[in-house]
Amino acid sequence: MCLAVPGEILSIDESNPVIRNARVNFGGVVKEVSLAMTPEATVGQYVLIHAGLALGVIDEEEANQIIEDFNTIAELNQAEGAQP
Amino acid sequence: MTNDSELSFTCPIPHAAGANITMAHGGGGSVMNRLIEQIFRSAFDNEFLNQRHDAARLPLDAKYLAFTTDSYVVQPLIFPGGDIGSLAVHGTVNDLAMAGARPRYLSAGFILEEGLETDLLERIVASMGRAATAAGVKIVTGDTKVIDRRGNDGLFINTAGVGIIEHDLVIAPQSVQPGDALLVNGDLGRHGIAIMAVREGLEFETTIESDSASVAGAVLALLDAGIEIHCLRDLTRGGLVSTANEIAEAAGRTIHFTESAIPVRDDVRGACELLGFDPLYVANEGRFAAFINPAHAERALAILRQHAQDTEPACIGYVTDEAIPRVTLESAIGATRILDMLSGEQLPRIC
Amino acid sequence: MKFVDEFRDRGKAQQLAEAIRHAVTRPHTLMEICGGQTHAIVKFGVDELLPPEITLVHGPGCPVCVTPVELVDKAIALAQRNDVIFCSFGDMARVPGSRLDLLGVKAAGGDVRIVYSPLDAVKLARKFPEKEVIFFAIGFETTAPANALAVYQAHELQIENFSILASHVLVPPAMEAILSAEQCRVTGFLAAGHVCTVMGCTQYEPIARKYGVPIVVTGFEPVDILRGILGCVQQLEQGRAEVTNAYARAVTHDGNHAAQRLIDTVFEVTGRKWRGLGEIPNSGLGLRPEFHAFDAERRFGLSTITAEESTECISGAILQGLRKPAECPAFGTRCTPETPLGAPMVSNEGACAAYYRYRRHVTP
Repeated sequence: MCLAVPGEILSIDESNPVIRNARVNFGGVVKEVSLAMTPEATVGQYVLIHAGLALGVIDEEEANQIIEDFNTIAELNQAEGAQP
Repeated sequence: MTNDSELSFTCPIPHAAGANITMAHGGGGSVMNRLIEQIFRSAFDNEFLNQRHDAARLPLDAKYLAFTTDSYVVQPLIFPGGDIGSLAVHGTVNDLAMAGARPRYLSAGFILEEGLETDLLERIVASMGRAATAAGVKIVTGDTKVIDRRGNDGLFINTAGVGIIEHDLVIAPQSVQPGDALLVNGDLGRHGIAIMAVREGLEFETTIESDSASVAGAVLALLDAGIEIHCLRDLTRGGLVSTANEIAEAAGRTIHFTESAIPVRDDVRGACELLGFDPLYVANEGRFAAFINPAHAERALAILRQHAQDTEPACIGYVTDEAIPRVTLESAIGATRILDMLSGEQLPRIC
Repeated sequence: MKFVDEFRDRGKAQQLAEAIRHAVTRPHTLMEICGGQTHAIVKFGVDELLPPEITLVHGPGCPVCVTPVELVDKAIALAQRNDVIFCSFGDMARVPGSRLDLLGVKAAGGDVRIVYSPLDAVKLARKFPEKEVIFFAIGFETTAPANALAVYQAHELQIENFSILASHVLVPPAMEAILSAEQCRVTGFLAAGHVCTVMGCTQYEPIARKYGVPIVVTGFEPVDILRGILGCVQQLEQGRAEVTNAYARAVTHDGNHAAQRLIDTVFEVTGRKWRGLGEIPNSGLGLRPEFHAFDAERRFGLSTITAEESTECISGAILQGLRKPAECPAFGTRCTPETPLGAPMVSNEGACAAYYRYRRHVTP
């Protein structure tokens, strides 16, 4: 029940606040979706889209943190004598 | 042609055949003849068709012929990158090419629904004529029927094709051998996504166009260069995986892919992610898989590149030495899984 | 694609698999309750990277698998009406009811349309005012905001020809039902990340405490799933039973308040029948009285439709992780993906369908 895809907000149409339509880019394909549940979302941010609705804004810092964490894991693995 | 009593059906302007197809256009009389003259013959014009016979009399200088047929019922009739007409030419030409044949002649049978806009028919038929010329084939015989209005798609086309085989290779699944390299002539998934993009309820902005095109030129170039081709198969409905499973089953072998080697464009991938589709199962109309002697893989890729239009051919896998008919994939994270056929077409999902 | 490709990275996946192998000292049984996670595990072969001590069980996380037969029959009855345009997500299109499935109804002439979003169904209602447009509103909490928004929008615009056939289910009650079963073998959970994007993590804290199981909020790419498994295994090895968040780029502790408010405005918690699990109290969502005009069941008087589940199908035991598909007497014989007896064989994510595909290719 959880197929949600991150996409970049290209433009927002504020004329219909109940739906708050926006054009969102998924790797080159643009679809119109609703940002009604993410009133804080702005152009340029990445949102998680499910069934035509954005469920939340991607926290880019957290995403980057995970990538950095891998250096720690690699170190742990090496410390235990494992192959990285 | 000169029986003017049927003129009362039609309004002479803007189109001599009238704005819409009517039952009279299938009646075998002057109305039908006028339609054939103005729309079909003018688009397909060639010396064989102009003989105006019930059957075309064709010179053929080959020991073996390749012969194939296909019917086309695509919806919508016109889609990004093509239409049912050009599709009907490319599909049949490509089937001939998959036998390693040089495509020569096509037949074209049309079933038109009463009410079909004549302008639309003309557009599609003109597109078919262009596609045939570009593919180096002539449409030498045809048929037209009109069915009564039933609120359907409006137009169905059958094309049959004849090609000549100029080589001695047995290009078939039975020729597939362990170690064979598996090549594709370009990125996957464009056609299925292009169609999906215009279907109601699933619309999105995109510049993805169908990859519908003739692959005969590329195949003939491979043959001319002496590439040892064991098997060819075009990747249509069901995508790469369906084709691979069919070959694996027929050849009794395991075919193994590496996911990271399979070319898929970013925007096609984006659309697939959004809809929950797997690009490996999405339809193509201008792509084929070639099973060849691995020693020839590099040369074959170079030849395919010369014939590739804004795409990149790739070697995506090989035939293993296991006599188990199945298709396996090394996934992006390095694990191996089995790629099974789907029982139906992929549908957009939330799960 | 950004925020997707980085989490399908082979090197990172292998590193995590290595870390899991090092952390494990005894067997653990982990359950994920999300069809999307099941799908990713199968698609990328994540379980192949795990050490043999880890058993991954696929729980009742697919709305397809848990929608009762009688609800499918009701959907079919509605779709067969001449005045109806019946809209559905693609997932439900091939789920068999007592006799037909929705695609079968389409083939017989019914106006059945697959849509990407419930908002598209509302657009259809505006476009075809002479028709009754009904949307098959299935899903867990992830989909509830979209379904709620569709109803809310229809209400605001005073659209009179739109309704939903609701089959909404909630994850925490299902988790409790599984954990309170006597033969429960599950020792740790991966919580569905996108459910938590909406609802936050707070609902799982009492469950972790009550049953003493670690629950790790997990995403859907292979790297996310491996991080979730690693987090769960580390807790189990250390004897901890906490709720932790391994999907922080998409999940916050409190979730999406706007979405929660909208769900609460349009829906209320009700009991729900789960295919294979039976009736679980307070496990679903139904429309509130002020929105009853948009409830297709009430609008079209469907209460007389009941159906029996196949007596052969042991999907309940499968969904709870108590039995394996191969232990079912009908598996692979009377029950196959082409002739399914129950939901886990219909859905591509279903445990039985997944087993069936691999079983055929096991080298003797």
